[in-house]
Amino acid sequence: MSVAKLRVFRGDSQNGEEKEYEVPVDEGMVVLDALFYIQANYDGDLAVRWNCKAAKCGSCSTEINGKPRLACKTRMDSFAEGELITVYPIKAFPVIKDLVTDVSWNYEVSKKIPPFTPAENTDWIMYQEDVERGQEFRKCIECFMCQNVCHILRDHNRKDAFAGPRFMIKIAEREMHPLDTLDRREFAREEAGVGFCNITKCCTEVCPEDIHITDNGIIPLKERVVDKYYDPFSWLLRKIKGK
Amino acid sequence: MANGTASRALTLRKDSWWVEPLVTAVVLGAFGIYSTWRALSNQYYYTEPYLSPFYSPLILSDWWPFSPAILILWAPLGFRATCYYYRKAYYRSFFLSPPACAVNPVGKKGSYTGESRFPFILQNVHRFFLYASTFVLLFLWIDSFEAFFFQDGIGIGVGTIILTINAFLLTMYSFSCHSFRHLVGGKLDVFSRCPTRFRLWGSTSAMNEIHMTWAWSSLIFVALTDLYVFLVANGTIIDLRLI
Repeated sequence: MSVAKLRVFRGDSQNGEEKEYEVPVDEGMVVLDALFYIQANYDGDLAVRWNCKAAKCGSCSTEINGKPRLACKTRMDSFAEGELITVYPIKAFPVIKDLVTDVSWNYEVSKKIPPFTPAENTDWIMYQEDVERGQEFRKCIECFMCQNVCHILRDHNRKDAFAGPRFMIKIAEREMHPLDTLDRREFAREEAGVGFCNITKCCTEVCPEDIHITDNGIIPLKERVVDKYYDPFSWLLRKIKGK
Repeated sequence: MANGTASRALTLRKDSWWVEPLVTAVVLGAFGIYSTWRALSNQYYYTEPYLSPFYSPLILSDWWPFSPAILILWAPLGFRATCYYYRKAYYRSFFLSPPACAVNPVGKKGSYTGESRFPFILQNVHRFFLYASTFVLLFLWIDSFEAFFFQDGIGIGVGTIILTINAFLLTMYSFSCHSFRHLVGGKLDVFSRCPTRFRLWGSTSAMNEIHMTWAWSSLIFVALTDLYVFLVANGTIIDLRLI
């Protein structure tokens, strides 16, 4: 049995430091198991948020060796023998304690997105080709790693102007829904700040559900905004069609 | 201060995150220098029956005393400069915004506006460059067709093959574009009413998944194509006639 060295952030938003632990590594062990070992054998007050331990609840988002990852999905055998493993809380949100952050801002943003709005007396029959784009976005487990890695939120702290990748795909899902009647392009541009995104695709890189956030969500949303605000031909076509 | 020491470090990543932006900067920079030199040189761009793609379509007129390439290159260069893939590449490599995921970007905190303000709001004209560069692409196919016709009759030289591959790669790059994907069908909410556009969108989406591959292969090959014509035209090498 090998022994791994972990450096775990201990502290809160005001003060903090790394603390080093040695953890014996068993076969099939993940980083979350190592954190459990620390809780059980060294520091019982180490705070870590977790729930399913199956990469489906999105609770255990952390930064492992500087990369946003789910602690329950990161195997200990993916590190080299003797490699020092750092575990930090996600950077974009205030630390409550140790590895637990306050992600409540995300839920406030979510509330602002206009809900699904079907027409009155909607015929509820939908075809697979019409709904499968949205199905990809509904795989989201709200781990908020995309929000965390997005430099607009993480480094520039423009939470006042940009809703973040997780909510861009939520807007895109409803905007593309075959039975939704709202035009969400003004909301996407003015309220959610889709223009802030500079397509660096980090959100897609870290998504544990492999959702193509940028290619299938944000860019199509940007193109729809172009249709409405920056394309005189589209505008002319809409006028001719009386839309 | 968020997360104690995490917020002060450039990054906690331990991998070679700087390699990708560095390689991108070197290749894009080299292409920029080479294409500028060739566009301004105004010589060795034609050797029967090959025309350099930097000068196609060839516009020779008394009213334009400068290199004819300048009249053409704004379209494909504008197309690449506003391309969603290249935006990612150069925002990371040249603007360091951010240089890599979970690595601190350059820029004053709180002042970031992304593509919502001048000058980057102009990225929204991407589809118009798509239209213009598609027009140029038509001429590249004509050039590759004409590359089969030698003074002594129909044949195939190494240049014929190079020009044809170049036109093919540029076609794949153009028609795997995110804007094209939107225009052919992505803008629809109900695919089931437009099965032809749904199929077109599906094909474009498949090509779009490797848009990066088309972007790099076509960029490098268009430079190599021009280099081949240049070397044959100035007598450094001889075009090998295969048939």
